[in-house]
Amino acid sequence: MSALVLDGLTKRYGPVTAVHGASLRIPHGQFVCLLGPSGCGKTTLLRMIAGLEDPSGGRLVIDGRDITTAPAHTREFGMVFQSLALFPHLTAGENIAYPLRIRGVPKAEQRKRADELLELVRLPGVADRPVSKLSGGQRQRVAIARALALSPKLFLLDEPLSALDAKLREAMQIELKQLQQRLGITTIVVTHDQREAMTMADLVVVMSQGRIHQAAPPMEVYRQPADAFVADFIGMTNLLEGEVTAPGTAAVPGGTLHLPDLPPAGRVLLSVRPEDVVVHPAGTDGPNRLTGTLSFMRDLGASVEFRIDVAGREIVALSRPQDRPPVAPGGALTVEFPPAACVVLPPAAEHAR
Amino acid sequence: MIRRAPRGLAEHAPILFPALMLVVFFVIPFSLMIAVSVFRRVPGGFYEPDLVFANYERFLTAFFGGVMSFSLGLAALVAALSVGIAFPFTYRLVKLPRGAQIRWLVFLLSILSLSEVIIGFAWSTLLSRTAGITNLFVALGLMAEPQSLSPSFGALLAGLVYQAFPYTVLVLYPALARLDPYLEEAARTLGSSPLRAFFTVVVPALRNTIVATTIMVFVFALGSYLLPQLLGRPQHWTLSVLITDQAIYQSNMPFAAAMAVFLVLVSLALVGLALLAGRREETA
Repeated sequence: MSALVLDGLTKRYGPVTAVHGASLRIPHGQFVCLLGPSGCGKTTLLRMIAGLEDPSGGRLVIDGRDITTAPAHTREFGMVFQSLALFPHLTAGENIAYPLRIRGVPKAEQRKRADELLELVRLPGVADRPVSKLSGGQRQRVAIARALALSPKLFLLDEPLSALDAKLREAMQIELKQLQQRLGITTIVVTHDQREAMTMADLVVVMSQGRIHQAAPPMEVYRQPADAFVADFIGMTNLLEGEVTAPGTAAVPGGTLHLPDLPPAGRVLLSVRPEDVVVHPAGTDGPNRLTGTLSFMRDLGASVEFRIDVAGREIVALSRPQDRPPVAPGGALTVEFPPAACVVLPPAAEHAR
Repeated sequence: MIRRAPRGLAEHAPILFPALMLVVFFVIPFSLMIAVSVFRRVPGGFYEPDLVFANYERFLTAFFGGVMSFSLGLAALVAALSVGIAFPFTYRLVKLPRGAQIRWLVFLLSILSLSEVIIGFAWSTLLSRTAGITNLFVALGLMAEPQSLSPSFGALLAGLVYQAFPYTVLVLYPALARLDPYLEEAARTLGSSPLRAFFTVVVPALRNTIVATTIMVFVFALGSYLLPQLLGRPQHWTLSVLITDQAIYQSNMPFAAAMAVFLVLVSLALVGLALLAGRREETA
């Protein structure tokens, strides 16, 4: 089984460490998203995989072959750059055929392959157009076709869709995913857009400050975040700091919660997604309920968002419009945290909130 | 911003001054020169108005043909060498940290502030037998005894390239600084070695800049008349030197003017040809 293995990959620029010992195993045919805020080291990690940056430490192995120090042009990985980096002096077809020309493939064959690839990215008939005459979405497709020209083992994309408008980006996400499934090619995409990562990836790698926080399938990252950073970065969440006071009981600001997965003692951090928080009219009794004041409410169409002040902490809840309790901002409310929806995280001292 | 074409005297006013300066300092002198070039020389005197083409006919001798082709060849060689050295240099320069780039640019600008005379004498000293670089080679055991390397064609070429190099870098700098640095990396991920990426992507992507810069250095070198006299032998004297000689020492203004007009026309023709070739390649 062919796989890409990152073993403690590290990159230092002088005193700054951009990537701290990234270790990851990517099975063949996976669609991987490196996700994180800007400056988290995700692009540096991708560039090390591409061979455009020399790692300061660690190893990079593909199919059992160590390629840590192999120059970029010997790796035969296809890469799409954020700026696309299409060659301005060549036509769309010549851009796609560039890697074939470098390898001395006959002209007729170059042309045939370029046409094939344009067909593959659903952009037939533009081979003879200069790249300056193409639209943003068309250039995107040409860049993707060029990166796939050599049928690479690994397909790398650095924020490939960031230059497109929202609607086109959405369409390209789906198309990119379909293309990857059709070709079965191992793909690594760098993105800061969690929605993009969630919708495309088989494996989401969440990074921050040069470290990998979690590498898991999208739903697992969402449902079982490894730590406070992941919980907060992926989607919206409510983070509650608490203290375990008795087995299965945690004191949080405004009351106590009874949860099954608590550690025996000590401080804990709880993550509850807004859509899991249940809003009740004030005064309704039951387990795991806290009382608060509604500070803000807005209709989002399919749902209603509540911002509720519970003992000085703002709790965000999402309800279906029909479940909206009859209350105006300033009024009292009861919020319920169902035990199954509360994810217990290790307390994160460095997490600023 | 006025987007439509300017109308009336008031809206044309901003360009009146530069237009006037262009006429006074360029069009009138150049017309005078063309006029003088068909005047008749009065031996022992100056010249008188006439319409003779004898001055132009003198070019058709082998001597002037030789000087002309030497001048053009020299300028072309200087342009090729300057761009050939300055392009890779500038490509490396724009990748340096900003501070280092500024130090290099200040250094190059300081070379520009040197006068042609100083550059000429500095090079002739550097290449001389008594105080030149060959003494260093002797000291290092590379040469048996010091020798004079100037005046010679090589010395002339070195001086001219040295003089043209800072201009070349400064003209190339903006285009190279604007070039997407990912182009070269993209070429590398597509299978080109760094050297191959440079020649198959960076150079062709900037072809127009390279052509324009080469033309600029070519024209710059064509006008040089001091360095050929300081660093070259008489057979290395360019048409510019002959023009100076005729105008100042032989007092033959009409012939000097005719040569100057001819030089301008030939330069323009060559520049036009180069641009035309560039355009044809682009559409092909």
